[in-house]
Amino acid sequence: MTRERVIDALAEVYDPELDEPITRLGFVTSCEVTTDGDVEVVLRLPTPQCAPNFAFLMAADARKVVRRLPEVREVTIKLEDHYTGAEINAALDRGDGFTGAFPGETVDDDLLALRELFLRKALVGRESRLCEALLADGASPEEVAARRLEDLPDVHDARRCLELRRQLGLAADPADAAFVLPSGEPVGAAELRRWLRTARLMRLSLEVNGGICRSLLRVHRGVEIDDPEEVLT
Amino acid sequence: MYEKDGEKYFIVDGHQHFWDASPANWVKGQEQYAKGWIECFHAYMGLGPADTHWPLEKFQKYSEDDYVHDVFEEGHIDHGVLQSTYLKEWYTDGFNTAERNARMVEKFPDKLIVNGRFDPREGEAGLKQLEEDAQRYNLKGVKVYTAEWYRGSRGWKLTDPEAQMFLDKCKELGIKNVHAHKGPTIWPLDKDAFDMKDIDVAATNNPELNFIVEHVGLPRIEDFCFIATQEPNVYAGLAVVIGGLMHARPRFFNKVMGELLFWVGEDKLLFGSDYAIWEPKWQVEGFIDWQMPDTEEYSDYGQVTTAAKKKIMGLNAAKLYDIEVPAELQLQNGGTPAAKEDAQLVESA
Repeated sequence: MTRERVIDALAEVYDPELDEPITRLGFVTSCEVTTDGDVEVVLRLPTPQCAPNFAFLMAADARKVVRRLPEVREVTIKLEDHYTGAEINAALDRGDGFTGAFPGETVDDDLLALRELFLRKALVGRESRLCEALLADGASPEEVAARRLEDLPDVHDARRCLELRRQLGLAADPADAAFVLPSGEPVGAAELRRWLRTARLMRLSLEVNGGICRSLLRVHRGVEIDDPEEVLT
Repeated sequence: MYEKDGEKYFIVDGHQHFWDASPANWVKGQEQYAKGWIECFHAYMGLGPADTHWPLEKFQKYSEDDYVHDVFEEGHIDHGVLQSTYLKEWYTDGFNTAERNARMVEKFPDKLIVNGRFDPREGEAGLKQLEEDAQRYNLKGVKVYTAEWYRGSRGWKLTDPEAQMFLDKCKELGIKNVHAHKGPTIWPLDKDAFDMKDIDVAATNNPELNFIVEHVGLPRIEDFCFIATQEPNVYAGLAVVIGGLMHARPRFFNKVMGELLFWVGEDKLLFGSDYAIWEPKWQVEGFIDWQMPDTEEYSDYGQVTTAAKKKIMGLNAAKLYDIEVPAELQLQNGGTPAAKEDAQLVESA
């Protein structure tokens, strides 16, 4: 087992709140693999106060993807410099879920409702980017609303939309509508521009949060990461 | 008063602090939380221009002279609202109590207002304290921080039954402005910690009160916009939007302002520097100079008028706090700052 393969696996772990891989966000501060196949991954979020539920999901997901790799023995995931790091690390070591980390403070062991809420936000946000690009290319609302999944360009947003729809249990066959409401209902031509106005706001919210996280990581943690938007000067 | 290009602006800073987060004030055994809190704030300071950054030691505890210099002498602030955040589980004398804020108000009674706070988990004792504080400090507003830790609890909601008792008490005491600050931990921990539905419900149930949502509900601007559009008594505090984005992320700043002006409107946005996280000077000057770029990327957003800037930078807050505005600094064409009329129902995405 090589470090590179572990990092590749960690790239499948998304920050549920931002819908971006934790590796791209610079949350993985170290990853060590011994010759025997023991793996230790250290995660650090932009601030010690980042929400415990999202922190837990990222740490638990990281553990899951690494454990799936062949030839891996012990897996240790450590969340460092976080207000609830001790609780989360101890629960992960025991193999507990979220209720094990915070007994009495939560009832949802898998955080499914929280996860689903943010998958839906992410889907709407990504669809808005694809939709805007089509309109900017001169497509009419009628043409955009008629697009099927198979008509979408082979870009990251489109691929991620497919993944998100599958995770949400929404129709995701090539002939299904490309643009759907969070419920899975296709967006109609007549409501498209109105829908886009709200969808775009959701996307901006995700993007701004990601931007603030990156800024804080850079200022607070000294992490230099891939930053497609403007950076601090 | 700030003057630029022949226009005069009355500046009200709706959100500022006079805190003590120095190690001497850290609760024994809770040092990691007290330290983590102020260092996180200090990181946010890093989002402003480099020449306005302070060393951590000064940031932990700045002097009265620093405050006067940064806010009044350099910061163009005509009137300030000092917000109170206690965090007594982490800071022995509190982080930023009404008592500490009131020291500044005593020196500048004509220029400063202190806001109190309440925490419904304190029950009867809390209600009594709120009464005393209202009388002592002549409170017109309170700040509520729903993610404060208290005896094993990691937060509360405005929809908790006890919270309504405190909101009722506010009305009885003549407190009309509730600044709500959503922080990142809250019970139960499996819910979205930044969810604002409780503000929505509280605003509907308490039309006599104004709810100013600090940092526009970041990181949930979308939820905030949908709420503010429907509730006539919900306002946006711009702390963090100007300080955290205008310099560090100008493109996002343009878009966030564009969305806020579209959904929430210029009568509902209130400037707040969040001093000492950021000094007001560069924020005031930068915002007055700012304009929505006239390019395709921003073509859906309107231009921002001088009247809108006057309202956002001071006249809206002056209206909510009954602060007297000199005649020459009022809107000359009879505008109505902080008007509530334009709320309407919309569907969320």
